[in-house]
Order: sequence, then C-alpha cells, then structure tokens
Amino acid sequence: MKLSRRSLMKSGAAAALTAALPMPFVKSVAAADEIVMASLYDLSGAFQEVGKQMNDTLTLAVEDINASGGLIGKKIKVVTYDLQSNLQVSAQYAQQAALRDKVAVVHGGISSASREVMRPILDKYKTLYFYDTPYEGGVCDRNTFCVSTTPSQTVAKLISHACKTWGKKGYILAADYNYGQITSDWVKKFAHDEGGEILGTEFFPFDVTNFGSTLAKIQAAAPDWVVTVLVGGTPLAFYRQFAAAGLNKKIHVCSTTFGSGNEQAVLTSSESDGIVVCYNYMETIDNAQNADFLKRFHKRFGDNYPPLSELPMSSYQGVQMWAAAVRKAGSADRMKVIQALEGGISLEMPSGKFAMDGITHHCTMDVHLAEYKDKVPKIIETFAQQPPSDTAAVCNLTKNPNDNQQYVIKVN
Amino acid sequence: MAYATIVGIEVVYAIATLILVSLGLAIIFGMMRVINLAHGEFLVMGGYAATIAVHHGVNVWIAILIVPPIAVGLIGLVVERAVIRFLYGRMVETMLASWGLSLLIVGLLTTIFGSSTEGVPMPLSGFTIGAYQASGYNVFVIAFSLLTLGAVYVLLRFTRLGLLARGTMQNAAMAAALGVDTTKVYAVTFALGAALAGLAGGVLAPVAGIVPTSGGSYIGQAFITVLGGGAAALTGVTSAALLFGSVGQAATFATNPVFGSVALLLAAVVLIRILPNGITGRYFKGWL
Repeated sequence: MKLSRRSLMKSGAAAALTAALPMPFVKSVAAADEIVMASLYDLSGAFQEVGKQMNDTLTLAVEDINASGGLIGKKIKVVTYDLQSNLQVSAQYAQQAALRDKVAVVHGGISSASREVMRPILDKYKTLYFYDTPYEGGVCDRNTFCVSTTPSQTVAKLISHACKTWGKKGYILAADYNYGQITSDWVKKFAHDEGGEILGTEFFPFDVTNFGSTLAKIQAAAPDWVVTVLVGGTPLAFYRQFAAAGLNKKIHVCSTTFGSGNEQAVLTSSESDGIVVCYNYMETIDNAQNADFLKRFHKRFGDNYPPLSELPMSSYQGVQMWAAAVRKAGSADRMKVIQALEGGISLEMPSGKFAMDGITHHCTMDVHLAEYKDKVPKIIETFAQQPPSDTAAVCNLTKNPNDNQQYVIKVN
Repeated sequence: MAYATIVGIEVVYAIATLILVSLGLAIIFGMMRVINLAHGEFLVMGGYAATIAVHHGVNVWIAILIVPPIAVGLIGLVVERAVIRFLYGRMVETMLASWGLSLLIVGLLTTIFGSSTEGVPMPLSGFTIGAYQASGYNVFVIAFSLLTLGAVYVLLRFTRLGLLARGTMQNAAMAAALGVDTTKVYAVTFALGAALAGLAGGVLAPVAGIVPTSGGSYIGQAFITVLGGGAAALTGVTSAALLFGSVGQAATFATNPVFGSVALLLAAVVLIRILPNGITGRYFKGWL
C-alpha cells in the first residue's frame, strides 16, 4: 500500500472519528429542572450479565421516582456508560461523568478493582459515589457510600451455619484475586470463632476448568463442608464435577457467590440441591415490598427475566437511599446529601429494613440464609438488622471525616 | 492405594484432554501451517452446538459426539473457502486473519447467547475406588481421546484421503502435477481440523462451563502442546501432551492449581529452549 500524506490524513481523520463514536452523545448541561445521575456498570465483557441487571434495577428505581413526581420537584436524568469490564475505561468514564456531565451522584463499579480505580477520581472531582456490590469490606471514605453487604454480615452467618449443622471441618475453594483471598481469610476467622478448622484452601486461576485434582484432595482431607468463593464461568464446572463424582451426597457445599451468575439455571436440580447461601436479597423473600417490587420489575422488563440476586437489588436500594437523602436534605448538593445520609436514614425495602450507618457509610440490613431446592433458594433463617461490623472495627468517619482509604482488616 | 489410583486417573485425564484439545490444531497448524488463533472459538462453538442440541431434546451422547464435529466442520469449510484459502503459505497473515475471526466469533456468540454460562448435563455418574469417588465421565474422556487419536492416525496413515492430504501439505505443486485437486484437499483437511476442534468442545461441554470467551482457556494449551510437539503432527501432540499433562498435574497435586499452570508453562519454556523444533524435531523423526 502506498502512503501519501493525503491518504494518511484521511485515515487519521477516520480513526479519530471512530475513536469518538463509542461515546454516548450527551450534552453536559443539566436543565434546571433535572438532577443528573450516572450509571457506570459493565454492560459488556466479563461482568455483562450482572451489569445489565444492575442497570435495569437502577432504571426501574429512577423511573418510579420520576413517575411519582420526581425528586424535590425535579426529574432525575440518567447518563449511562458501559465500563466494558475494563479498568481503563472505568477511569475514563468516571472522569467524564464528573467533569463533563457534572452528575450529582455516580452509581456503579462492579469489581473491587474498578471501584478502587473510580473512587479516587470521584473524590478528586468532588462527585458523590455509591458502590452497590457486595465486597470484602473496609472502604472508609466520606465521599463514598457502600450499600451492599460485607463479610461480617453474610459470610459470618454462612460459616456459622456450616459449623453448627454440618460439622467443624471445612475446605475453601477461592478465586485467585483480592476478593477470593480476603474473603477466604474471613472464612478462616469465622470458622475458628465457631471452634471449627479449615483443612485446606485452594486458589484457582480464572480459566481452570478441570477440578479433578481438587476433588481428590478434598476427599483425602475429608471435610464436613466445602465453601466456594469462586467467580466467573468456572464455578459451574466445579459444581458439575463435584456432583458427577457423587461427592454432593457426602460433603455439604455452601457458597459466597452461588446464584449471582444464575448458575442454578444451567445446573440440574440434583447438582444444585442442598447448596447453602447467605445474601441480603433473593427473590424468595416474602414481604409486601418485595412482591410489589417484583410485580413492577417484571412488568417493565418482562416475565422471562432471570432471578435477581443481591447485586441488582443493591443498585435498586442504593438509588432509593440516595433519593431519600436528597429529599431529606431538600437539595442534591453533595455535602448536604452526605450530611443527610450521615444523620441516618432507614427505609423499608424489598430485602427488609435497610438503614444507613453514618459512621462507616455502610448499611445495616437483614440477611437471609437459604438452601437451594429445585433451583430455588428456600430461606432457612433470617438474621435481622446486621451491622457492617467488620468495617466498623476500623472506620469512623464521624471522628475522622478526612480518612480516605480501604483498610485491609486484620483477620487473625 | 485408592488415592494413588485417583491421582493416576487425573494425570491421564489431563494428558487426554490436552490431546483432544490440540488434535484439531495439530492438523490445521502442524500440517497446514495455518496459525489458527480462532481454534479456541472453534471449540467453544462445538460446546454451544452441543448445548443447543441438548436444549432441543437431542440425546445427550449424540449432542456431544455427533452434532458438534458436523456443525463446526461445516463452519470450518465456510471459513476456509471465505478466508483461509487466500492465505496458504503466508503464516503471519493467517495469524492476523484468524485473530480477527476469533474476535468476530466471540462477538457473534455474545450477541446470540449472551455472556451467561451455558452447559450440558453430565451423562455418566461417578464410581467408587476404595473410600474415594471418581468421575465416570473422566474415564470416558480418556478412552474417547485415545480412540479419536487412533482414528485420526488410521485416517491419515492408511486411507487415500490421508495420503492425498499428507502429499498435498508436503508439496502442493507436485501433488497438483500428479492430478490431485489440491484446492479440495486443502478445504477438506481444514474442515477435518475444525471438526476435531468442535468434537473436543462437545466432549468437554459437560465438564466445563461454556461462555463466549472461554476459548481463551484452551488456545494457549493447544498451541503450547502443538509447538512443543514439533513437526510430526500426531506423535508430536501425543508426546508433548504426555510431558505437559503429567508435569502440570503433578505440580497441581503437590501444590495447587496456580502452580500447576505455572509448572506447565515452565516445562514448555524449558522444552522449547532445549529443543527449539519441538520433541519430534529431534526424536521420532519422520513419524506421523
């Protein structure tokens, strides 16, 4: 190919144009009667499925608020970006949302890695940030509100149940990155608290599909139960191979992640029966708010929608929490909203009572222990109003409002 | 003793899956010199073919053993006619073209199926060795891989098609001069390689979750095995799979899966350093 200056310029211009194309065409100026909110979830790539669900529940929350007259007399306008399961893109769009769109609040970031990329950017540009995903705990930042669960709320109940009903000996299988490693430290601590012991811990790279050696090692160790802290596509292979070897009849399984990727839909019920989980939300919760929520959600997004997990519910409850704070403050101004949230707000939500803990910027909420039967999580026990005690042990934003870090909580 | 048997089965299983995953690539890359970076996606399409068949009520054995190789073989034929046939003898270009193809397939699969995990139910139950439970399907995969390896060997070594294929790959001009329709031979050989990749995807569908991007977890293993094997397609793949499979599994048992993967890669690096042309570059020369 011959390259002349002209053809180079042409292709350069074309490249510039295509580079500009993926950006959503939004005007930055918010009309006077609008409050702008950014939805920054991963709508493509590894987190695509759950990202789409989270964006859908956020959409429902916003549409409901707008339909019932809006917030403090204004409509909420959502600017949606696709983080593409890519950290570089997360940084870029967080910056755009803050500087160009000048949004009042950002909801989003799914992985802990993408949260830690966006959090400093939103701090720097003084843009309020809501993180709506269950995570390992410890974020302490006045500009950030973490509205989903942390290990002391869910994992503690799960492991205590395992030790009490199944026996004292456990085995951990975890994904080999920060969430898996930190959570498995918590599992060890909670097991020790119950007088149990962990016979072995195995970490897996994301692309492992053969769990044969692990199954042999588990059998050699002969634990009473196995806890999985696996993410992505690999867990399916594990549950399937575990059941195919007939081990699900002998060794109990509980999980910190099962169901959020809709694994039970692909597994047969004989493969998934008996798996125990503990979450803030599952569709089987029986209360009026949840029945009403599910009716509205399915009316808006169709009846064939896969079962919603804790993650999309956190997005919904996160938006409602923010909206309640705006109402209370009478303004969408960042500091006023933060102060309203720190003053404590309590809502009745589909997952039960849902309250902001002003000291840690985390939430106190109900958690539900459930066992899968015929592909549906049947609730065994509900633990009312669990505080975020792990983060509370290290973080006090009332005393140290300028604190800004993620504590790695000493487990042992 | 029972534990040793279980470990033994797992090591052989690791070797067998390496062979199964690499066989199609051994033909497309080892024989035809086409660097097919879409090999992993061919496997994934095999997995999806099996999933679709099972959803439509097809018997699970037919769904995993018959449907995927036919479906992916046909896709391979189309790909060869549309893209690859223009690129024979140009290895770097085949790499670029098949990389593009791989991205396209991942995109198409995501559009059609979404990125949630799919799977096929396990058709065999487990059995007991002493106090241990073992997976019956793993034993089936071992037997089936060896059977496939044998079948491909017989096909290439003793049939007219195999002779024509080997002759054409060795010296296409000479084969054409002798009256062989080399265009057809190329197309059929590529389709065979694609069909084998699809078969591997189908056979592994019950043990592995399938997502559009899961080709990534196979492509590396397949290329390492074929490169480590060297010039002789089948002997090379078998010997390299023996080496890498046992090193990887031994390390996995001794430590954990992370070090298992590391040990496998390390073995590959050392092997290529000592034998730059692969195992069959020095040993088993002239074998198939």
